[in-house]
Amino acid sequence: MGAGSMIVASLAFYLFSIMAVVGALNVIFQRNPVHSVLWLIFTFFNAAALFVLLGAEFVAMILVVVYVGAVAVLFLFVVMMLDINVVVLREGFLKYLPIGALTGIILLVELAVVYGGWTMAPQAKALRVVPTPDPGQVTNTEALGRVMYTDYAYLFQVSGLILLVAMIGAIVLTLRRRPGVRKQKISDQVHRDSKDTVTLVQVQSGKGLS
Amino acid sequence: MTALPAFAPAYPEIFMALAALGLLMLGVFRKNDSMTLVTWLSILVMAVTAVLAIQGTDSAVTFNKLFVVNGFTVFAKVLTLLGAGLTLLLINAWAEGEKFARFELPLLVLFSVLGMMLMISANDLIALYLGVELQSLSLYVLAAFHRDNQRATEAGVKYFVLGALASGLLLYGSSLVYGFAGTTTFEGLAMAVKSGPNSIGVTIGIVFVITGLAFKVSAVPFHMWTPDVYEGAPTPITAFFSVAPKIAGLCLFLRVLVGPFAGMIEQWQQVIIAIAVLSMTWGAIAAIAQKSIKRLMAYSSIGHVGYALIGLVVGNEEGARGLLFYLLVYLFMSVGTFAVIMSMRVKGKYVEEIGDLAGLSRNNPGMAMALAVLMFSMAGIPPMAGFLGKFYIFVAAVNAGFVALAVVGLLASVVGAFYYLRLIKIMYFDEPAAAMDPPGLTTGIIMAVSSALMLVFFIVPAPLVSRAEAAARALFLG
Repeated sequence: MGAGSMIVASLAFYLFSIMAVVGALNVIFQRNPVHSVLWLIFTFFNAAALFVLLGAEFVAMILVVVYVGAVAVLFLFVVMMLDINVVVLREGFLKYLPIGALTGIILLVELAVVYGGWTMAPQAKALRVVPTPDPGQVTNTEALGRVMYTDYAYLFQVSGLILLVAMIGAIVLTLRRRPGVRKQKISDQVHRDSKDTVTLVQVQSGKGLS
Repeated sequence: MTALPAFAPAYPEIFMALAALGLLMLGVFRKNDSMTLVTWLSILVMAVTAVLAIQGTDSAVTFNKLFVVNGFTVFAKVLTLLGAGLTLLLINAWAEGEKFARFELPLLVLFSVLGMMLMISANDLIALYLGVELQSLSLYVLAAFHRDNQRATEAGVKYFVLGALASGLLLYGSSLVYGFAGTTTFEGLAMAVKSGPNSIGVTIGIVFVITGLAFKVSAVPFHMWTPDVYEGAPTPITAFFSVAPKIAGLCLFLRVLVGPFAGMIEQWQQVIIAIAVLSMTWGAIAAIAQKSIKRLMAYSSIGHVGYALIGLVVGNEEGARGLLFYLLVYLFMSVGTFAVIMSMRVKGKYVEEIGDLAGLSRNNPGMAMALAVLMFSMAGIPPMAGFLGKFYIFVAAVNAGFVALAVVGLLASVVGAFYYLRLIKIMYFDEPAAAMDPPGLTTGIIMAVSSALMLVFFIVPAPLVSRAEAAARALFLG
């Protein structure tokens, strides 16, 4: 990579990271929850761009497709459907500020200590199960696909079971069978036969039916 | 081309997963009346799975080293299946009288047991996490299963939020460990931890992993959810919570700490000592003030987890043997006690206050007798198996030089004996309260058998102890 493209890359990095931080701050400080979610989507896009800069295009696309496309839109639905009053939510803010700040500071110090004194096991390189392939040779997607459905097929299947349980759980906890609800049963409608329902009646004049 | 992995070691799990999917189809297509059928079939599935596990491969690693089978995992799985099967019998007996009996209930139990088996067999941090999640996700739904009941929903939400937090801590810890070792397989971690330099990162990582696991087995100070969830969930589901996940969680705890992290025993030992001491003492002290018998059982189970953790602190074969034997005894004690709690009905209505037990010996001597035996066992008073469980644990601690820990355990069990014996006093010497309905057939049999087993285990413990010993040896072989 030449010096010129290095500068472009760093410029892009700073641009996207600053925007990501601004977006994240806006998520917290917006008064309107809908605006918060929109800022969240903005932050996701910037994070995706950062991943592209790192050469992790698969993760970037997943971030856009899954987080922006599904999760954030779901948030938006929830926020719009529930009438959340942010002012009420913020009432306890000052009360919880000290303990929240304390937890945050402790976590920050821990992170600093951990990364400051970071060492890797001497065998760490040799122990790697799947060494990262050369990005020049295969794309991210291919590299992931090669191990996901072979070496890690077991984990893939278990994840499937977890999603199934999530689905069963959602149905168990929300599905209600209310009596008296009229539902359209298309199969019944299609199977309706004129023989069962239409009868030919000979009506004699002056006598009527019955 | 990669060759197919060996499926044979995982036959019990594969069978269980397929059977659960089949039962799901059955339940969906049969519509309303399938709860009893699905429950009985689930019990059958668990029995077959246990047989498959016992008959299966002795010792193997498969699925690219993600999954391990040995004598220890088989023992732990059979214990878990036994606990789950017995509680499923209780669930079945209870659901017949309830209007919200739905076939998803036994299925969720089945899926959570599958998760427990996967986590017992996990040989990799990712596999561990996925097993834990499969288990917990099913448990959250089970806690809130009685969805029209406000307390059950609250229990479910509380369990879910705190459980998600614990999973987050577990994952964070795992990522730190991975960052240190460059691998997530247990063998690789064991090698990296053994010879690696003492890094702060990996220590903090292990502490976070311990925190996550301690939450799942509800050890103090990560127990806050337990009393509320136990009280809110329907009684037989509480019985399930107090047995199967505890057994599987403690076995996993043991495997993780003496397996991959054995090289850092000095670091994690202190943490586990603290957790064990806090659990034993808080479980004993907080239980004294409880009025609801389900909350009492919650604190009692917290205390029992504390005793079992002593076996973990010791970190050798003797300690593991003590822990496994303790779990075996705990299984029957808990199931029996919950069978009694389930039978606490006055004119068809469930009651949960301790005061409702007053004078039970005159109205229903059989039930009072069973509960008295179980309480003596819980307290660890000699002619019952509970004493032996504590005995093996304390002996292991003393032999390994943890005399102070054993003394704390003894003191805590003296305090704990107070509230167990108080229940007996209320049943036998207080003025009778409203008479209780006679227990149902299944619950009656379960409470009779488990209280009888307390005596049987005490008289002939040898076969069980030798099984536990073989399992413990298999654990330390690899």
